Amino acid sequence: MKNIRQKNITKPRQSWTFDEYTNSEIRRAAETGIYDIRGGGSKRKLPHFDDLLFLGASMSRYPLEGYREKCSTNVILGTRFAKKPIELKIPITIAGMSFGALSGPAKEALGRGASIAGTSTTTGDGGMTKEERGQSNTLVYQLLPSRYGMNPDDLRKADAIEVVIGQGAKPGGGGMLLGQKISDRVAEMRTLPKGVDQRSACRHPDWTGPDDLAIKITELREITQWKVPIFVKIAGARPYYDTALAVKAGADVVVLDGMQGGTAATQEVFIENVGQPTLACIRPAVDALQDLNAHREVQLIISGGIRNGADVSKALALGADAVSIGSAAMIAIGDNDPKWEKEYNRLGSTAGAYDDWHEGNDPAGISTQDPKLMKRLDPKKAGKKLSNYLKVMTLEAQTIARACGKNDLHNLEPEDLCALTVEAAAMARVPLAGTNWIPGFDKKIF
Amino acid sequence: MGKLENLDFKKNNLRNINNYLQNIDFKKNLRNFVIKNPSGNHAICAGLKEDISVNIKGHVGYYCGGMNQNAKITIEGNAGTGLGENMMSGLIHVKGNVSQSAGATAHGGTIIVDGNASSRCGISMKGVNIIIKGSVGHMSAFMAQSGNLLICGDAGEALGDSIYETVIYIAGKPKSLGADCVEKNITKKDLIKIEELLNIGNIKQIKSSKFKKYGSARKLYNFKIDNVSEY
Repeated sequence: MKNIRQKNITKPRQSWTFDEYTNSEIRRAAETGIYDIRGGGSKRKLPHFDDLLFLGASMSRYPLEGYREKCSTNVILGTRFAKKPIELKIPITIAGMSFGALSGPAKEALGRGASIAGTSTTTGDGGMTKEERGQSNTLVYQLLPSRYGMNPDDLRKADAIEVVIGQGAKPGGGGMLLGQKISDRVAEMRTLPKGVDQRSACRHPDWTGPDDLAIKITELREITQWKVPIFVKIAGARPYYDTALAVKAGADVVVLDGMQGGTAATQEVFIENVGQPTLACIRPAVDALQDLNAHREVQLIISGGIRNGADVSKALALGADAVSIGSAAMIAIGDNDPKWEKEYNRLGSTAGAYDDWHEGNDPAGISTQDPKLMKRLDPKKAGKKLSNYLKVMTLEAQTIARACGKNDLHNLEPEDLCALTVEAAAMARVPLAGTNWIPGFDKKIF
Repeated sequence: MGKLENLDFKKNNLRNINNYLQNIDFKKNLRNFVIKNPSGNHAICAGLKEDISVNIKGHVGYYCGGMNQNAKITIEGNAGTGLGENMMSGLIHVKGNVSQSAGATAHGGTIIVDGNASSRCGISMKGVNIIIKGSVGHMSAFMAQSGNLLICGDAGEALGDSIYETVIYIAGKPKSLGADCVEKNITKKDLIKIEELLNIGNIKQIKSSKFKKYGSARKLYNFKIDNVSEY
């Protein structure tokens, strides 16, 4: 005799807690005995810029004429102490991604695209490649805990230096470039044997804490004769205090990376469970700058999940001076392109979801050191795509700014925004749409 | 032998002194410099590029000789954290003791310390030779990648933790060894290297035969779940 389910009277009920993906992870862990490592940033649904809307102009605000009236986009970074601040035509920079994690042609493509668009690229853990320096009009050189490839000659070639404290994908975490991606060239640049896993430490080897960092920044300025700006990159952990301490340590620019910010490789559990969403980080960071009378004197760059001109304009409206893109730039040059779908399938993935960047088998030829795969990426064509994408983002941001009556992207302000959800209203500290309610901010808590 | 030039922190600030040493006017035939009254200032002689000699008469703060290239720096006193960090070449000789992270990530050249070195000496070193006439603190040669660390005294806990290809020679005893650091057999090549380092450090009272050699077991070079208790 059939029971009620067999008679299709009630449907089988899947668990919200033990959903299909969760169950597959439990089975994978049971099978392999090791946690999952992947690239990218948080994939979970988080409060984000999509939860904000611009109000636009009507009776109480005058809009500017699209395509006719000027809306400035340039930004100057490093005006606090550096003799030579960097001036960018657009407030969208390319985030640090290492040679090693990415191929030489991919780094070249980023340099080409950024230079056409009038913005900067950033090195990564692994040093400065000639491809990137050669093609980047403005190059930011990262000082990371491992100091792989770090040398004073390259330091002096840089247009700015970025001291990396953390990444949004893994605040408090280091990294590991697996041996299979260590080609002869990568090994030589990192002073390690070929094929050995290259661990990137989570703390710097020669300083601890903000008092030491102030001295470290002084040393970097002395070596570069106080010419170039010093950026300090922090993860979205405790944005108010971390920003304040970076300013106290002498940063010219604070780069703040929320948990949607990508990484070349780290544990899935780390990516999805440590750090704060980008949206939640911006206002506390701006508070810190304002409390120290340093807002706009120390520039704030926001990264982590920036995808389009709307995201750019929302980040700027909340007080950022610029944004930075990593994952989006990779997609623009060909990462996760559906044209490689069959190959993604063979790797057990699908276009849009491929994130095993650490394994070095990237069909798009970007996150690999395999000579055959690398050849798939034409750096000139890919660079052009990136510049197109950056131009579109800029035009989109200008469109929104003009609609809000602003003749400069940096004139956008929180007052131009409302939120679609209570969470986003609280995080961005703008009213819930249709109300004058900003949850949680009856009084200033910082 | 060039002329001798005196630089005094009582009369000049850090920027002026470093700027002078970073932009040597060789037409003046200046090669030898004395820095007076360093008073523990930080980043003294950071970013030097030329084959010059600098004698610092006193104690220095953090990052003395940071990222040095070619210069020979002598410190007649003690040195703070990060002495010769990321040095590429040249020589730094400290006649006193040094604080944490001496020679951190240094790629080349030689560091000689007449006294003791604190914790994390040679952390992530990438090719430098470090000669310590006294003892070193805990976690020395942590994640050390390349080069040689010669210790005439003892070492603190976790010597050579997660070490890569750096070779450690020690005449005294390490309190304990870090993950993946093991004692290795001394070869003739090692004895030649030890004698070379002793000679550079002008160390005559200890024979090369007294040293033991430590390096990587290379068991943690590639991540394996079976080694998880070591991480």
